[in-house]
Amino acid sequence: MKAADFAYEKPGNLADALALLADPDRDASPLAGGQSLVPMMNFRMAMPDLLVDLGALDELRGIAPGAAGGLTIGAMTRYADLEASELVATHAPLIAMALPHIAHAAIRYRGTIGGSVALADPAAEMPALMLAMDAEIEAQSSQGSRRIRAAEFFTGIYDTALAPGELVTAIHITAAPEGRRFAFYELARRHGDYAMAGVAVAATGTNRADPRIAFFSVSDRPVRAIRAEAALQAGDAEDAMAALDEIDFAGDLNADARTKRHLAGVVLKRALGRL
Amino acid sequence: MAQTRMIRLTVNGETGSYTVPVRQNLVDFIRNDLGLTGSHVGCEHGVCGACSIEVNGDLVRGCLMFAVQADGAEITTIEGLAESGRGAALRAAFTARNALQCGYCTPGMLATALDYVEGGGAADRDAIRAHLSGNYCRCTGYQSIVDAVCDVIEGRVEA
Repeated sequence: MKAADFAYEKPGNLADALALLADPDRDASPLAGGQSLVPMMNFRMAMPDLLVDLGALDELRGIAPGAAGGLTIGAMTRYADLEASELVATHAPLIAMALPHIAHAAIRYRGTIGGSVALADPAAEMPALMLAMDAEIEAQSSQGSRRIRAAEFFTGIYDTALAPGELVTAIHITAAPEGRRFAFYELARRHGDYAMAGVAVAATGTNRADPRIAFFSVSDRPVRAIRAEAALQAGDAEDAMAALDEIDFAGDLNADARTKRHLAGVVLKRALGRL
Repeated sequence: MAQTRMIRLTVNGETGSYTVPVRQNLVDFIRNDLGLTGSHVGCEHGVCGACSIEVNGDLVRGCLMFAVQADGAEITTIEGLAESGRGAALRAAFTARNALQCGYCTPGMLATALDYVEGGGAADRDAIRAHLSGNYCRCTGYQSIVDAVCDVIEGRVEA
């Protein structure tokens, strides 16, 4: 299908974009890479009155070393830019591991990190990576700016802690401690399709201290498996598998909740094998 | 009434100004307004790859961009790849390997294969399959397409 009609603006700077998004009388939607929003518009699942194209906002692009060894990634940075980045490979290896699984080359030339985080598709990789890396999401509105911890950002299916008029402008990734290890695994019907289940894992050293286990495509949002993390911290990977019942599994077109529970165990086992 | 915008862009080396409805996607503009029907429209939600074209040197889905977003862009379609000769080796290899039957996926498949070859991709069947994974072909079973891409990378094709 084709998108329903809308008004279109392409502001030349962030302040103008935020002013357009702040108008309470218009159902305005920011357009980043459009690789999720445009198909949703073509299906008429999304019918914004006003599309605010962020394509001219070069200030939202780029990958820079952050404070204390971390990384700051502009929201409009494309997946293709992340793939080509030495900084990402060094300081955010989880992102580098996940990128080849995120859709296809043609999508990665347009899709952006900020767009994926703001959309909060429960089947997308990037939101779960934010949880596993304890990332912070910077949001700006015409009122000012704030940082939201990933753990508080994803609140439901396509739902986030963003207030009306707030735009994701950057992702802040804190420096990983010495010896931090990462693993990523997903199951998909076809390479690049949305995962049937996937997981991102981080832990420190061979004893897997301070673990993070974040699943995607198993529930209505990306979820951390807190009890499984505790079991892993205690040194028992089998207990970690058993603890996954804490997750509120939700089925989709591919698989029901029971199958999702099973697949979560499969991807976690395989990811731990790579950690 | 549909809202419109004036855009200026270069398609296959020809620059022009056009008035487009803002809701019109790029591949519909290329096919219906410019008459360049080599780019095909399949799923219209970014899954099948039939509309793959080059925008500012990047491989993109023509159905996942609005034409208005391409204001100022340089676009190369399958017609442009044919005229410039950039796609000649792949075209010869596809023909030699019988890497198409109905031909519907072929323009997008060639554009995606070219992105792989020009990006320095290796003659590694798994890597080629991963790169082409966003392009559906319902005829060939893909084997002959992968054969053709390998032939080009390993220099077995006289373009």
